[in-house]
Amino acid sequence: MAISLKVNGETRSVDAAADTPLLWVLRDELRLTGSKFGCGIAQCGACTVHVDGQARRSCVTPVGSLEGREVTTIEGLKGDVADAVHAAWAKHDAPQCGYCQSGQVMTAVALLERTPKPAPADIDAAFAGNICRCATYVRIRKAVADASDTIGG
Amino acid sequence: MWNALARACALALGLAALAACGGTEVSAPPAPENDGPSEISGLKTPAAFAGIEDDEARAAALFSEMTKVMFHPRCANCHPRDGGPRQGDDMSPHVPQVVRGDGLGAPGMECTACHGASNVAFATSEGSIPGAEPWALAPASMGWIGLDATALCAQVKDESRNGGRSLADLVDHNTKDHLVNWAWNPGDGRAPAPGDQATFGALTAAWVEAGAHCPG
Repeated sequence: MAISLKVNGETRSVDAAADTPLLWVLRDELRLTGSKFGCGIAQCGACTVHVDGQARRSCVTPVGSLEGREVTTIEGLKGDVADAVHAAWAKHDAPQCGYCQSGQVMTAVALLERTPKPAPADIDAAFAGNICRCATYVRIRKAVADASDTIGG
Repeated sequence: MWNALARACALALGLAALAACGGTEVSAPPAPENDGPSEISGLKTPAAFAGIEDDEARAAALFSEMTKVMFHPRCANCHPRDGGPRQGDDMSPHVPQVVRGDGLGAPGMECTACHGASNVAFATSEGSIPGAEPWALAPASMGWIGLDATALCAQVKDESRNGGRSLADLVDHNTKDHLVNWAWNPGDGRAPAPGDQATFGALTAAWVEAGAHCPG
């Protein structure tokens, strides 16, 4: 079936079965390979994108549920918060192998868009579903806090 | 411990065991003929209690039957009294370890980060992720994990803790609410609550009609 959705600001029409995971469409049809497959069961967070501005695990999101919705992937992130996260990630050298990092960044931006000055507990709660096998959690938390400090000033 | 024991009795053994647990000493008499089935998929229907003449005893027995649904993991997992939901038949803490927030999760990790408008089968393995529109945690005032049937009954009747619902509203909620309905349509890999929503609603209506008395 043909499904129309907005991806990174562009309206895209994809021909896919309604139950096809969004992640499949992003990577295989639209060639947006920044979002990663990790577990396929919404346990690791590597596939995190934004749907209408909220974090969403694309591996368990049927593309048929997204007609007319706005999807943002790591390739399409922009704006002050995204810039602050980008800079903080580089400053703290947050990634190690990098596989989980697009999901981590998408969660960071989703958190800071809603809670620009998160307490440590807010950061922990937001990132509870983003696993990093390299265990870069300390650097990620420092980067989120650093990005928070630079937003709006 | 005693709460857990009482709940275990209500869950696992039903009405007959409630007497042994110190609960209401009422057993359901055989259902009258021509009054519909007395049980549907492990949940007794109101017909099974029609022979209990005393309203207070009948209401208590009806509510105890309702707790087979309300204490079932499909319902209770999202009715915690603390900060986070449970999952699975063993009611273990939710993984990832999500927090209640405003009932819809934390900023950046809302319930909808994973749970959509309907159950979704995993694409690469067995099982499914549950969903409904909206997928949400019951407010803490409506948490009942660890309560016994007596405390639960008092809670659901208390409009300061039940979302301002009248008894009629409770009947409507239990009969029609879409999240309540999910308990019988939980998706691949999860056992449904006993009975069906129509029977649960009918039990609730019969309990209210009998005076909404609570198990002792």
